[in-house]
Amino acid sequence: MGYFWSILLVLAVLAIAWRYLGSYMAGVYEGRVTYLKWVERPIYRILSVDPEAEQTWQRYAGALIVFSAVAILVTYLLVRFQGSLPLNPQHLKGVTPALSWNTAVSFATNTNWQNYAGESTMSYLSQMAALTVQQFVSASVGIAVAIALVRGFARKGSSTIGNFWVDLVRGVLYILIPIAFISGLIFVGQGAVQTLGGPVTIHNALTGATQVIPRGPVGFMESIKELGTNGGGFFNANGSHPFENPTPLTLLLSVCLILIIPVALTYTFGQMVGNRRQGLTLLAAMAVIFGVWLGFTSYAESHPNPAVAHAHVVHQANGNMVGKEVRFGPRLTSLYNVTSTQTSTGSVAGASDSFTPMGGFGLMTGMMLGEVTPGGVGSGLYTILLFALITVFIGGLMVGRTPEYLGKKIQSKEVKLAALGVLVMPITVLVLTAIAMSIHAGRVGPGNSGPHGFSEILYAFTSQANNNGSAFAGLNGNTAFYNIAGGIAMLVGRFAIIVPCLALAGLLSAKNIVPAGLGTFKTDTPLFTGLLIGVILIVGGLTFFPAVSLGPIVEQLSHGKLF
Amino acid sequence: MLLHLRRAVIVSGIFLIMCGIVYPLIGTGLSQLVFKHQANGSLTQYGSTLIGQSWKGPMWFQGRPDGTVLTTGPGGVIVSGTNQPGPRSKSLEQSVAKVAQVLKVEGVIPTNDLVTTSGSLVDPDITPHDAYAQIKAVASARSIPAATLRRLVASQIHGKELGFMGRDYIDVLELNVALSHLQ
Repeated sequence: MGYFWSILLVLAVLAIAWRYLGSYMAGVYEGRVTYLKWVERPIYRILSVDPEAEQTWQRYAGALIVFSAVAILVTYLLVRFQGSLPLNPQHLKGVTPALSWNTAVSFATNTNWQNYAGESTMSYLSQMAALTVQQFVSASVGIAVAIALVRGFARKGSSTIGNFWVDLVRGVLYILIPIAFISGLIFVGQGAVQTLGGPVTIHNALTGATQVIPRGPVGFMESIKELGTNGGGFFNANGSHPFENPTPLTLLLSVCLILIIPVALTYTFGQMVGNRRQGLTLLAAMAVIFGVWLGFTSYAESHPNPAVAHAHVVHQANGNMVGKEVRFGPRLTSLYNVTSTQTSTGSVAGASDSFTPMGGFGLMTGMMLGEVTPGGVGSGLYTILLFALITVFIGGLMVGRTPEYLGKKIQSKEVKLAALGVLVMPITVLVLTAIAMSIHAGRVGPGNSGPHGFSEILYAFTSQANNNGSAFAGLNGNTAFYNIAGGIAMLVGRFAIIVPCLALAGLLSAKNIVPAGLGTFKTDTPLFTGLLIGVILIVGGLTFFPAVSLGPIVEQLSHGKLF
Repeated sequence: MLLHLRRAVIVSGIFLIMCGIVYPLIGTGLSQLVFKHQANGSLTQYGSTLIGQSWKGPMWFQGRPDGTVLTTGPGGVIVSGTNQPGPRSKSLEQSVAKVAQVLKVEGVIPTNDLVTTSGSLVDPDITPHDAYAQIKAVASARSIPAATLRRLVASQIHGKELGFMGRDYIDVLELNVALSHLQ
């Protein structure tokens, strides 16, 4: 019963966010919300940016890529040389070059894949000024791209799609900082730590044992980690650590924070293109897939862990508790982990690696669908819009008409760009997994043998190419091969989708809007939602079924066998 | 391109100060002002109520067997979340069997939570069921009547948060401190 009310609470929060955060974000990006002008204006003056001057898609993309490159460089330098920088109470050494590269790319691409344990690797300055900063700006970049694409649909005969610098600054100022700040305080009130005091040593007189407990500025990083669908935690255990995610309330708050922006963006989209039902049909497709995956994974996790069952020592009445916290149990842990894999968050409230084979299947395939249900901040909306274009294209083929979406004729160029954007991720995942499996440096990575070892590698590249960042963490990723290959996967998975999206935005915004005719395929109906779900599932299923069957499916079917 | 680069560098500097210094510092200051106890780690004289410890032997109520695999990093700090056994791993079966064997010798009835490690490896809690399974062992080790211990355990149960979130749990540190006050 408690679980039911918890889900209902999340749904209520999301409904409010959809309506009000959605229209607020439209106001922010259309320039109608101005209460922070006093901060905004000086920033534009220092940058010598005219906030009224817009950019073509090429200039927008250029600015975005240069900004991201600088972000990677700054992050790299900060963690590489943290040993000589202040706010380092544990006197940690600079991070090695390969790991610095992986980490810098990871946080600048909104992935937050972590080949390190935060509490024993990163100084406070690195956590704050390198990693937390990227959690804000990479999220804002994602939303900016989605908004640029939406402008492409909303405008006609326009050669510009907005100003990257303005979109970037407004996202951080008006959306991310206010929400992150308020929820950060809630995290701390519930028990998340927030101090610069360094680790604390405590001697327990009852047992005679001594513990050195790492602490740090955690609570306010936690809020933006979730809100920006980043996922990179302060501690190695991420959201299962009591200092990051102390109570069921913070777990549900995390789930809400992860989902509010991606969900509300569908409202923003509907409002900006002048038909809210268009956003609602996308949201419906997201919700159906999310619900099915959540049900499936929770169901799998309420079942016994096979290896524990094999030991015949306990009755696992409350489901699979390996790698899970008592305060959460299997169902809340599943809710959190499914939410974070269906978005591009990748944080965990329990060890994904220790999920049952089918539970792990649920997490992995959630990412393989392209993270559109509802996906990361911005990235969810722009990727599902690519799927929507492919859907109208297929619908157009069926009835033999030039497809249209929101009054824009979808022609060969647009379909090619959408197909490119959709195919980049699967190609990256499958090619890199194949390379890892065929060389020694790749095969030594997994900490588990048998099909689960393969799953760990497949999961790693799926996660990185989707900019998710969660892991089957038995994989030892801190090697030259995985650091470098993973960095490439994250870069390709981010920018090889963003650039086609911005190109699409440019093409579409130049087009005229044709009024809907009798033969127009309506895209604000349940029929369209159904077709869209079909396309997402078929594209994901066809590309990944063979690979998945070698991992979690074989593992599920290996009854009575341990590896 | 050079204009992009100049703007990118400047705006990165602005964000570094705004989101990387000012935001966390104001957050820290406010947290220390409003939630000092929590912000510093919910510390008591015996440890943090949020960080699990090893309570070996039947003299104490035991938590998750996280201590069996926990490792430490530079300066001896606890490194969380390092144990990730797959669902069909032989080593998981073996470690579960071993922990269960130790518990049985102590007179504890093994339960699901008491033989499996958590995700954080610092899980501070157990369920009431896990605590009741240890009463017989603790009662005989400490020569306290089982009925007294049952009352003690019942008094330590935290209900669901706000009445519906999560589940009933017991903080092992709090339970053991209460146990130490019994005598």
